[in-house]
Parts: sequence; C-alpha cells; structure tokens
Amino acid sequence: MITKRIIPCLDVKNGRVVKGVNFSGLSDVSSPIELGKYYSDNGADELVFYDITASFEGRELFTDILKEVAKTIFIPLTVGGGINTLDDFDRVLKCGADKVSVNSGAIKNPDLIYHAAKRYGNQCVVLSIDAKRVGDKFTVFAKGGRENTGIDLIEWVKRGENNGAGEIVLNSIDTDGVKGGFDLEMLKVVSENVSVPVIASGGAGNIQHFIDLFKTLPNVDAGLAASIFHFGQVKINELKKELRKNNIPVRI
Amino acid sequence: MIAIVDYGVGNLFSLVSSFSAIGEDAVATSDVDLIKKADKIVLPGVGAFEDASKKLFESGLADVVIEQANSGKPLLGICLGMQLLFEKSFEYGEHKGLGLIKGQIKPIADVIPKGYKIPHIGWNALKFKKKDSKLFKNINDGDYVYFVHSYYATGCDESVNATAEYGANLTASVESGNVYGCQFHPEKSGAVGLNILKAFCQMEK
Repeated sequence: MITKRIIPCLDVKNGRVVKGVNFSGLSDVSSPIELGKYYSDNGADELVFYDITASFEGRELFTDILKEVAKTIFIPLTVGGGINTLDDFDRVLKCGADKVSVNSGAIKNPDLIYHAAKRYGNQCVVLSIDAKRVGDKFTVFAKGGRENTGIDLIEWVKRGENNGAGEIVLNSIDTDGVKGGFDLEMLKVVSENVSVPVIASGGAGNIQHFIDLFKTLPNVDAGLAASIFHFGQVKINELKKELRKNNIPVRI
Repeated sequence: MIAIVDYGVGNLFSLVSSFSAIGEDAVATSDVDLIKKADKIVLPGVGAFEDASKKLFESGLADVVIEQANSGKPLLGICLGMQLLFEKSFEYGEHKGLGLIKGQIKPIADVIPKGYKIPHIGWNALKFKKKDSKLFKNINDGDYVYFVHSYYATGCDESVNATAEYGANLTASVESGNVYGCQFHPEKSGAVGLNILKAFCQMEK
C-alpha cells in the first residue's frame, strides 16, 4: 500500500538554511547537508530545498551545496525557488534534484510547465501554489504571497495538471504560520479537482493536525512543513508512529 | 567496476553517487570497451520508452548490453531501464525492448481500480515472491522503496521476485538468471535501496 509522505522543507539563503533550527547533536545547524542527512536518517520521505537567494553568486553556491546533498542523501529531492526557465530546470536537475518546483515562474510563463514536462517528464514538475481567500473565492498569489494575481485557484490547478504538472503543492496563506492546522477547506476543493498527487502545506502546528489532514482528506498524499520540524515541536519519527496508530499508512 | 550505461536519457548523478556511497567504483559511460570490461552493468532510464529504446538501439549499446548479459555478466535495469529488459512495450504504440526477460510493458491504468492516482508515486512496500532472491538478501519482506511510474511489467510471472500493492499487485522487481530489474528507484530508497545495490555488487559472474 502506498504510504502518506511527510516532507520537511528547508529554506536556503547563500548556502545556509535560514529560519534557524534547534536540534541537539548537530555540529552545524544551518548546514543544508547536515540537516538533510538528519531528516533522511529520521524518517523524512522526501526533502524540499527552497532557494531564497536573490544573487547570481548565491545561486551558484546553492547548486554546489545541492550536489553535496545529493551525494550523501538517497531519498527524493525537490528543489524550488527562482525557477523561471528550462535552463533553471536543467541547472538543478544536473546537480541531483529529482523534481523541480515552480511557482511564480509558472504564473509569469504558463508554458513553462508544458515545456518542462515534455522534456523531463510530468513526474519531474511540481506546481507549487500560494493561495488565499479573496471575497468568496480562493485566489492565487505570486512572489511569495505578496502579489494578488487575480487567478482563480481551481482554474489554475486544472490548467497546471493539463499542462503536465505531476504534483501540486498547495500552500494556504490563510493558515500559513498560524499553526492552527492545515487549510482543509481549501485542500478539499483542490484535491477534488485534480487527479495528480496533492501535497498539503501551511498551518501544521502539531501531530493531531497531520492526523486530521489524512483522516479528513484521504485523497491528500503528503504533508509538508518547515519550522515545526526544525524546532523539534514535531519529530517525524513520533509523528509517523501516531499516524500508524490511527491507521494511516506510513513508512517506518 | 560497474558500468552504468549512459545512452542519453536522464541524469545519472544520484546513481553514481549511491554506488560510491557503498564503496563501489561505478562510472556512467557509453564506451563499449568500458562496458565490456566492467564486472557488472546497470541500465538506468527515465522518460518515455520509445525515445529510450530508440537511443539504445541506434547507439549500438543495446547489442552490447544483450551480448554481455548473455555472457552471464550481472545486469540490473532500473525503472525504465527495467522495462527495457522486456520484449516490448505498449506505451504510446508498440515498441521493441531488449528481450532479455519474457513479458510486456502495459499501462497500470489497465489493472488498477478507478480513483487510484497515476503515476504510482511514493513509498510502497515490497512483497517478496521468490524465496532467497540474491537481490534482496540484505533487506526484508515489507521494506519500503520509492516508485515513480505509469506503466508496469506483465506476462512475466516466472521472473517476478517482488510486487507492490496499489489496487493491484504491480511488478516491483524481476530476475531471470543473471538479469535483474527494479521498477522502483533503489538510488532514491534510502538505506533499503543502498542494501539492494550492495547485494547486486556482491553477485558473481
């Protein structure tokens, strides 16, 4: 039986993991390599590295680090941040990424998904979406949630799937950072409208939130989070044990 | 030395890295002499069957792989590389494979119930079908490995050594003499995957 995936997300700036982490036993808590290995050894099913560097030098540094990560960690790696062209896909895939996540780049150029899927296969293209309630509609936001695109969320996910996106990461701006649980309402609408895997992001604050997610929406395939894992509020091993106790299939 | 056949599909970075992580010398190569000299051969692959099969045959590397496999050298196909070991595939038409293992490649949509997502993507448990498969000597029945695929091998009952349950029992791994195949990605399956690669490296001609 296919298992539900638990995915920690690491933001990397100038080659270092930002937002800080709080683990004992790690000599360098902001090294993407050490942290990646820690998560891989402790039950993470996949890792997402998000490059939030703005400069060209920073990007070079990021790909060097990515290579090091891919040499030591043997679980799937997804890379996102600043992916705007096929060359960007090429750059990170050559360094060992398995999947590439596009967000604002796909809004600026909706053909990007189509061309990337054609060249690298649908399984390689992850459409990451930041969405928020505006009036009575779910609306897509760009640039890290700062810019209202006016695009309807449901139209956008359907279009993304048709263009060849192999997975959807849905980050609810309304619940992100609040730690009151995933945005089940928004996730329900999205998972009912696509047939590719959906990864929930934004809002997890404790183990119960993951149980609620998979119990309420059996169609959601994975849960992604950052700070609650980094700060040890939720330990992935313990999370998975609780999920299994609740009859949710996980890899232990 | 292990030769990872580089015929221009997919990137082989992770595969090369995973062999070095278990202390094995592996090179990604399209050099016929190097492939002939190697102790073992790995046939990788991602993407579409037709394109990969064309590249493999047109480069002449298909003949080398077949000849080497027939000489008794251990061969491991991974993902699309496993599918290429079969006689033919029905992915967008009908295309010829290497014919080293009896059977065909068909869409998983043919056998799984409605409502299951395609591709079959994520971690799934292996169910062993053969006792004492050399490939699985370092792992356990029920261990999880990472899959990404929309097509599966069928008509190959006698060579299946493990399946994965996804609404149907999908072929997860095959073996026929010295020829082995994994539908999943051992290089992306954590410690379990590395243990499978280790077992392959320990095989004798």
